[in-house]
Amino acid sequence: MAVRRLGARSAERGVSVHRRHFLLGLAGLAVARRVRSADRPLVEIFGKTPRRIERVFVAGPPAAVLMYSLAPERMLGWPMQLSAVARSMLAAPARDLPMLGRLTGRGSTVTVESLMALRPDLILDTGSVDENYRSTAQRVAAQTGLPYALVDGRLADSARQLLEVGALLGSESRARELAEYAREALSTAARLSVGRAGPAPGVYLARGANGLETALTDSINGEVLAAAGGRNVADARGGVARVSLEDVLAWNPDWIVTQNPEFKASAATDGAWRAVTAVREGRLLLLPSQPFGWLDGPPGVNRLLGVRWLAARLHREDLSEAETLAEAQRFHQLFYGQPLTAELLRAQFDGRY
Amino acid sequence: MGATEDRTPRAARSGGWLWLALLALVAALLLSVACGKFPLDVGQIVASLFARLTGSASPLPETAEAVIWNVRLPRVVAGVIVGAALGVAGAAFQGMFRNPLVSPDILGVSAGCGLGASLAILVGASVGTVAAVAFAGGLVAVSLVTWVAAGAREHEPVLVMVLAGVAVSALLGAGISMVKLLADPTVQLPAITFWLLGGLNAVTWADLRYAAPIALVALLPMWLWRWRINLLTLPDDEAAALGTHVAQLRLLVVTAATLMTAAAVAMSGIVGWVGLVVPHVARLVVGPEFGRLLPMSLLCGAVFVVLADTLARTVAPIELPLSVLTSMVGVPVFLWLLGRRRQPG
Repeated sequence: MAVRRLGARSAERGVSVHRRHFLLGLAGLAVARRVRSADRPLVEIFGKTPRRIERVFVAGPPAAVLMYSLAPERMLGWPMQLSAVARSMLAAPARDLPMLGRLTGRGSTVTVESLMALRPDLILDTGSVDENYRSTAQRVAAQTGLPYALVDGRLADSARQLLEVGALLGSESRARELAEYAREALSTAARLSVGRAGPAPGVYLARGANGLETALTDSINGEVLAAAGGRNVADARGGVARVSLEDVLAWNPDWIVTQNPEFKASAATDGAWRAVTAVREGRLLLLPSQPFGWLDGPPGVNRLLGVRWLAARLHREDLSEAETLAEAQRFHQLFYGQPLTAELLRAQFDGRY
Repeated sequence: MGATEDRTPRAARSGGWLWLALLALVAALLLSVACGKFPLDVGQIVASLFARLTGSASPLPETAEAVIWNVRLPRVVAGVIVGAALGVAGAAFQGMFRNPLVSPDILGVSAGCGLGASLAILVGASVGTVAAVAFAGGLVAVSLVTWVAAGAREHEPVLVMVLAGVAVSALLGAGISMVKLLADPTVQLPAITFWLLGGLNAVTWADLRYAAPIALVALLPMWLWRWRINLLTLPDDEAAALGTHVAQLRLLVVTAATLMTAAAVAMSGIVGWVGLVVPHVARLVVGPEFGRLLPMSLLCGAVFVVLADTLARTVAPIELPLSVLTSMVGVPVFLWLLGRRRQPG
């Protein structure tokens, strides 16, 4: 049966097949691809090799977070509109850069001409990489004569992403610092989940104001769940999909996580959602979404904080508010270069943003 | 006029068909309530229904109760309303525009709802607000079309209306594309796309509290004047000669059809092909006379959407978009009807 699949950066993508048997047959192929991609560098550069990189155009939100973390002073602008709250949590002058639009083939909001008028030394793009993105990158590089760096944005590779892009930009020491955090966050999360007795807890990632969109097991938008030692209950291949409350009830997840305050507020009072054990027993977690989401939105290095926190929340009884704050403050200072106040974090957990 | 018609053999035969369609609807409802991914057997469902009817305590666990009463039932009821509304609105429009290719969204109601919903999702509005803005968007779009058509007096009014509807729909469609470009690609864009694909996965009693009364209120005038609406299929001067206020009657049909379509679309998103194909099937069975066509389109539409939605929520591990299923069934049926139509007689 054909299912509409929505990727991380573009909704206008192909159709995936949802038959288990067929997928099992494909599994061998997927393994082969993984092996091949292991010896390929994460960063692929199309067009001429860049020399001095002073001006970087970021193609989409995940690349923006990566670039902002590594070298904000060399960003030309943002691919998306930052909310006022997000801006207040980021450091000047990068936070005040203009919104330039995004570059994703036919779904682009920036024209090739305005891109060229910006005279970037490099176009940086990251996310789930496939042939479609590769060929787009190739075309843009050929058309504009600008080097185009495409970075595979899988969460597990965060440290390598930071190091390789850091090397490309000539910001090695900064990259090492951030990559160290990435490694530590991912290994801490892995250690917590391995140390736990019993099967991995089932987690449902609720997206949208009604909580009935979710990210499937294999998608870049749902990676955080597995990395934090959870089992994504929406076990199917694809990107973002729609489900019904009956599916959620049948899956009966141990935890529900969301970044949507609207959903958190309505689920707690809604009679229908109260039927879900996790909601009734207070295991519906709202995670911060500003300036960038802890789980997703965008699927970038911003998720490192989320994965670490979620792993602690899922596998430890003794996670305190003070510890959460300290960890979040450390991450914000390190990646976003701006201190995070306790009030702002509290407000986000309470759903006031 | 209606009284004499009712004694014809065709009317007697179509009466039988109507009962059959009603039976089919009851069967579809039972099937739909019995099917789903949460494991429940028919005995449990019957026990729960019986407990509610007699006011006794249900023997089922709370979660199973919630599945039946808060998830499946609202969804099935919503399927009935969406199918019935689109079927009736489609039948009325095809007669009024004297064109078998017309669907309820010909005057821009779906595009208006779509733009309203997309904008509401873009600004991060709540679920209820999205539905309300979508509903308002549909009404605004059709009002605009009606207003433009009323201004163009030199041309055939029905033709002007269709053309204005197509043009306004295209403009609103461009607006939707614009909103999609501006939307956050990881969070809002999927939400907008899903909304536009249509589906009943998120329907709750809260949605039905608004959609059901609006659809019923809109159905009432259509039902009361169902014999008179036949006259709209005649050329304007002939209808006027028979003592009809053509313009007023047309406005009534447009208003009623728009209200019920907008109520349905605001709840379910855009569900394609129901309003186009269902009236054809109904006409095949009971003939073009609107007094019989209306109840038949209503029942056929309801059966179609309830069954399609049952498939949408059961065949794959995740939800399939309702629109995709209705198109997969509706388009082949429509093509078959086209082929059939070309035969003489």
